[in-house]
Amino acid sequence: MSGAKDRDRVGIIGIGQSNFRSRRDDASYPDLVREAVVPAMLDAKLDFDAIDAVVYSLSPDAMVGIGNAERLGVDAVGGRNKRFLRINTGGATGISSVTAAYYHIASGVCDVVLTAGADKVGECGDSQTVLNKIWDPTYERALPLGTINMLAMSAVRYMQRYGMTEEDMAYVTVKNRRQAALNPRAHLRKVVTIDEVMESRVISWPIKLMDCCPQSSGGAAMVLASEQFIRDNKLDAVWITGVACRAETYWMGDRMGTNPTAEHADAYALGRSFEQSYRMAGITDPANQVHIAELYAPFSNTEYHAIDAARLVAKSGESVKRVRDGEFELGGRLPVNPSGGTLCTNAIAVTAMARVAETALQVWGRAGAHQVEGARVGIASGNGGDHQIFGTMVIEA
Amino acid sequence: MQVELLGRQEVWNITYDHALGATASYFFTQIRDNCKLFGRRCAKTNKVLVPPRAFSDETLLPTTEWVEVGPAGRIEAFTFVYEQFNNLPEPPYAFGYVLLDGADTALGGYFKGVDLTNPREAATRLAIGTRVVTKFAEQRKGDVLDFWFEPV
Repeated sequence: MSGAKDRDRVGIIGIGQSNFRSRRDDASYPDLVREAVVPAMLDAKLDFDAIDAVVYSLSPDAMVGIGNAERLGVDAVGGRNKRFLRINTGGATGISSVTAAYYHIASGVCDVVLTAGADKVGECGDSQTVLNKIWDPTYERALPLGTINMLAMSAVRYMQRYGMTEEDMAYVTVKNRRQAALNPRAHLRKVVTIDEVMESRVISWPIKLMDCCPQSSGGAAMVLASEQFIRDNKLDAVWITGVACRAETYWMGDRMGTNPTAEHADAYALGRSFEQSYRMAGITDPANQVHIAELYAPFSNTEYHAIDAARLVAKSGESVKRVRDGEFELGGRLPVNPSGGTLCTNAIAVTAMARVAETALQVWGRAGAHQVEGARVGIASGNGGDHQIFGTMVIEA
Repeated sequence: MQVELLGRQEVWNITYDHALGATASYFFTQIRDNCKLFGRRCAKTNKVLVPPRAFSDETLLPTTEWVEVGPAGRIEAFTFVYEQFNNLPEPPYAFGYVLLDGADTALGGYFKGVDLTNPREAATRLAIGTRVVTKFAEQRKGDVLDFWFEPV
């Protein structure tokens, strides 16, 4: 083993997550942040004075409808008179925030860092109105672009290259809903059948209603610390042994056409990010060395290219058959999104943090009813922007 | 204590007057005045970027030459939208990306002239690789909505 294991490692010592729901009319935005911070601090068994810095996880302001909502959130994370910064990489925000917390510690600047945030997407009448605004006002804004339409086009290309069908997409929803039913924090927990997914109304073909994530409200928080601090204070921890992030071109039309670098059917930069985090963790054969994966996939079709990019299969497109074979189900060889994943819960500002938190809980053996038995090595990912900015982690017990 | 939970409605309505810059302004005036589509060539890779950009994201060099592309091309991606999203057009509609002849990257636009009653049938009419031609509106204002694509 090489990389981080030779150095002073960074550990996860505290995790807090809301029960994610459509709306939380009983809680203001800062109340929801607080709801995640309190259990994370209890879990870390630390006094708040021990926190050296706070990384605030907050994606587009318009989703919560509060400009620079990190201002309002400072009190909820105890950020007064501490190092404080906000991270925003769209859907990847949560994992980018954990990454920034990691850097604070790995650089030697801090011993203990809190990262936290919340979202109330359910209060935003139509998140696609907000997401249409992520396209440039010069060339593409006048087109009806949104994240659903953008990923429907990825699905169409994936179908053409690898033979994925609408039914294959439905399999992912059926798998993840079954898993979410075991996770009390998940938003959509109703078990559905292939027929129900296939008969749900078409949103942006081939994506149907049940191929889509919900608009969720809730918060998440994590406490990270240096290995030295963890050992000195005899704390329990799991370890971030691989961390990476990658971006690719803004232009969707450049991910098609003549020999594109980053094919839009695939998740090219996500694959490069996973390569780097595996290298850092000393993982050479992820399909056999990884025990559990929480992969950011807001629409059913995108779980396939995420599995491909994580190299849990030998080559792109193979994920389709292997999902059908049950290999990536809870109880299968390598469960993917045992929490139900982004497809069942999407509070955008903290969704990718939930991927990290769920992976950490799994390798810690604390995931509850959706625990993957014997999991010791897990991976997490986040996707942001127009399928453009990615973060990945390897987490080990 | 039982509390009656209250709410408030807020609307964000902000107006921006965006400048398009020199490169996009040339692209759109050619569409408006001459019904012609242009890309920019990167001298190092020889790739023609559409929509045109002042620099290549691969080489980070300025692009050097205007190249006329299209009006015909091939479909690279599509979707059919049946859901009404706030502030987006009334469904159903088809749009996607087309690699215009002479270009190396694909341009976004609407598809017209295809029956969207059944999306699975429509998907066979607009399959990736299908040849299309660019059509221009009679009244053009210099905008991406001045043109659309139809199967040949």
